[in-house]
Amino acid sequence: MAGKIELEVKGLDFYYAGDVHALKKINLTVYKNAVTSLIGPSGCGKTTLLRCFNRMHDLYPGNRYQGEVIFQGDNILSGSTDLIDLRSRVGMVFQKPTPFPMSIFDNIAYGLKLKGVRKRADLSERVEKALVHSALWDEVKDKLSASAYALSGGQQQRLVIARALAVDPEVLLFDEPTSALDPISTAKIEELAAVLKKEVTIVIVTHNMQQAARISDWTGFLMLGELIEFDKTDRIFTAPSEKLTEDYVTGRFG
Amino acid sequence: MTVFDDELQQLKEKILKMGSLVEDALKNSIQALVDRDNAVASRVIDSDRVINTLDVEIDEESIRLIALRQPKAGDLRFITTAMKITTDLERMGDLAVNIAERAIELNEEPILKPYIDIPRMREIAQGMMRDALDAFVRKDKRLAMDVIMRDDEVDDLKHEVLKELAFFMAQDPTTVYRAMKISFVAQYLERLADHATNIAEMVIYLVEGKIIRHMVPPAEAAEGE
Repeated sequence: MAGKIELEVKGLDFYYAGDVHALKKINLTVYKNAVTSLIGPSGCGKTTLLRCFNRMHDLYPGNRYQGEVIFQGDNILSGSTDLIDLRSRVGMVFQKPTPFPMSIFDNIAYGLKLKGVRKRADLSERVEKALVHSALWDEVKDKLSASAYALSGGQQQRLVIARALAVDPEVLLFDEPTSALDPISTAKIEELAAVLKKEVTIVIVTHNMQQAARISDWTGFLMLGELIEFDKTDRIFTAPSEKLTEDYVTGRFG
Repeated sequence: MTVFDDELQQLKEKILKMGSLVEDALKNSIQALVDRDNAVASRVIDSDRVINTLDVEIDEESIRLIALRQPKAGDLRFITTAMKITTDLERMGDLAVNIAERAIELNEEPILKPYIDIPRMREIAQGMMRDALDAFVRKDKRLAMDVIMRDDEVDDLKHEVLKELAFFMAQDPTTVYRAMKISFVAQYLERLADHATNIAEMVIYLVEGKIIRHMVPPAEAAEGE
């Protein structure tokens, strides 16, 4: 099942401003066209790790990386990485839906316009394609000019996914994408992850272990900034190798 | 101890209770045969109802825990092992009933020969069963492996018994009815030991997360080449 490699994390250390050592010597492989989930208790570093993959940490001064994250042959942590380009190739979806205060159509067209797509016909085509991919098209096709805020939380989250998909990313990072959603909307997003992985590689941070078990092919368990175990998801949830993982997934932590 | 831990503990205790009932049934069934005691045989047959009730209870409780607790890792392996063990125990109980039934039938007839290998088979099978359940409780992989190794002794004894009975039947056709009944008993005991082996194999799954059933041991695989 170990397919092609999308991201290769090698000896990654990460320090938040003030020298808080948040990630310690992480080695991990993210496989292409698979869903990888990162689990662990609050403060374990899973979101910190996720945010390394598109250099989100650079938005705050004083943060520091050490080690490598290899993406298509390049170390994306190097100084020469074009961050705008990186973030369009490695998209991100957050816990709370973050639609822009504009119409449904414009939300998705926004990124495309930044990338130089100008023709109305091209825009329409790609907006539709992105909405179809995010399984939102049927629900919004008749009201594309309505405000994105008129959508439900679950729809907004799928809109945000469509926005990320519109610029043809290779990787999608999900940071607890369903923790603010009801079970039905959650099921839709989870189903979407299973379909989308045929086209993009997905890395998801989740507090919901059942969710990790349901949707991911690979699971990494982190604690106190260290990657304790990384293996196929079915292995992690049936017979993990590490005692700490066992304690965490069976809810006997501490 | 969490509520869930407590539920798992109760499940374990139910399995042990079922195990001890099956163990008694096995011991008594052979005693009914050797002592020609129909009352003991009837008790074995009656006790099967309690064993069957426990079988259903353990299954229901396991299914409930899977649905409501969504067990993972060691907990998941424990519950699936419990469900499998109960199936083996239930069949062992049925085999003890079969032995008791044959005992009642044989008690109608004159004694064919003193029982020597049959009680020996019972002793080994019962020891295997007790150790398999001990291994389950203590998560003792080594003890489980030991149980699996002992299965051959029971198989060998069964062949001895069948050979001897075949000799009786060839010598004197009037022994055929009794000899056949006794060979059934030997067969039941051999299968009882197989079920104990199944339990031991599940214990290895419980401890290691590896299913070793139907695997050819390395030594035999080498012989086959």
